[in-house]
Amino acid sequence: MVQPCLKSIKLCLSHVPNLVRYGSKPEREIAAHPELLEEMLRASRSFEDACAYPPNQVFIGNSVPEDLAGIERPWHSNPSVDAHSMGSDGEIVDEGPFLCLTAATDPFNLLRLDPQYIERQRESLSTTEWFTERDFHALGEGTPQSELKELIESRGALPLFDKNELIGCVENGHSEDLSLNAQIVLENLTAKSSAVLALRLLNGTEESGADIEYVMGCGEEAIGDRYQRGGGNLAKAVAENSWCLNATGSDIKAFCCAPNHAIVIGAALVASGLFKNVAVIGGGSLAKLGMKFQGHLRNGMPILEDVLASVAVLIGEDDGFSPIIDLESVGRHTVSAGSSPQAIAEALILEPLIRKGLGILDVDRYATELHDPDVTEPQGSGNTPLNNYRVLASLAVQRKEITREEMPDFVDRFGMPGFSPTQGHIASAVPFLGHALRSLTIGDANHVMFYAKGSLFLGRMTEMSDGLSFIVDRNTNSLNRLKD
Amino acid sequence: MTELNGKCIIAIGERDGIPGPAIAEIVRSAGAREVVSFTQCFV
Repeated sequence: MVQPCLKSIKLCLSHVPNLVRYGSKPEREIAAHPELLEEMLRASRSFEDACAYPPNQVFIGNSVPEDLAGIERPWHSNPSVDAHSMGSDGEIVDEGPFLCLTAATDPFNLLRLDPQYIERQRESLSTTEWFTERDFHALGEGTPQSELKELIESRGALPLFDKNELIGCVENGHSEDLSLNAQIVLENLTAKSSAVLALRLLNGTEESGADIEYVMGCGEEAIGDRYQRGGGNLAKAVAENSWCLNATGSDIKAFCCAPNHAIVIGAALVASGLFKNVAVIGGGSLAKLGMKFQGHLRNGMPILEDVLASVAVLIGEDDGFSPIIDLESVGRHTVSAGSSPQAIAEALILEPLIRKGLGILDVDRYATELHDPDVTEPQGSGNTPLNNYRVLASLAVQRKEITREEMPDFVDRFGMPGFSPTQGHIASAVPFLGHALRSLTIGDANHVMFYAKGSLFLGRMTEMSDGLSFIVDRNTNSLNRLKD
Repeated sequence: MTELNGKCIIAIGERDGIPGPAIAEIVRSAGAREVVSFTQCFV
């Protein structure tokens, strides 16, 4: 069997403060209380503020999660002084360039942008490596204001704004099909373009994209028309726009733990020899923008849920250096496992560790739900990572690996503060992949476990939860390679 | 301590906490009647 390796990862944040109004919660609240919109606009962050937000710097790899423990909360009050929009693991992209990429990768020209707005983005776009000459051609000159207004007033297009300035619109994909209304088209186009951004960064060059043979989507979007709502395969659309000309693909659906499922299945495809290089991609969730904005406004905070997060992971064959995804120790939450926190933790953490012959303390770090607590706590949703690490610590106490008094130290040592935007599937473990890649190669870690849960019950088809875990190991050849 | 016996209960569980059906099972054992139970995800 070929050993599947974690080759590289890119994580992106597309800062889209003017799309927050189209998040599910803001849209409903603004419809009920139109005066909220102005208040929300006043609480919007600038691109510079979003870049300097300490958790965002951790997300793109410019600092490590444990740095956050030394920064007084709320973190937006203590911006990073040496913040940069580009990091070793990814990039934070401004709204204008992002919307241009979205328009340039929209084959049906449903997302229209104003010519002057496009003009304002040209200089910025020309300095990026991920926006090509072909994209400039596809973007075109734009749609005049008079035509934008006509599309909005007579054809029900969704207006796009920069604060209160009309800068574009999104047309309905079909005049009668609710599955293709403008809101859903915008949701799906931004899921696609944010994933394209991550996969283009992962590829680096158009030539490198040719090496990828299979692309697996793990996002939460539903692509399709009224006869196959959720028909899917955004993965192939992303591959088409990310220079992966030799790839085919498909989507894996499993709520927030879909990235873990996709990584394990992708690793299995490589291990079987069927494909040499598999990319797992996930686009951002428009619906989740501003999900907890009321708590932020109530506490005098900026609206922090203003970014679309996206991920691209490359899984390939053993190169003697890259960390190995251990398919022998995949943790699974079976139908009969039960849905209590302890039952889930035992299935995802204990069972695979026992199979691998390791104790809980033998793993260097655990990555789980990494939601930023500054986003969730103001709305009363608690500190999700901390709650999950306490469950893990209680397992260690039960197994007598630590004492009850050692639980706080255990949480600090094996866990980490949450640093991911509340973008569902993206927040579930995978934001730590870049940090893990470094600690398992040039650092001193040997094993990192990624475990994630999925809220299947939200779809009203079952009351079950889901979950999947995997362990990434230091490649045993890497030390020899470093000596050379 | 709240007396649950004979009461009607709405059980709202949480993904990272106790699931709704588990809460319902407990209140039933205490003599309460479950009107509805479900689990929510708050992230």
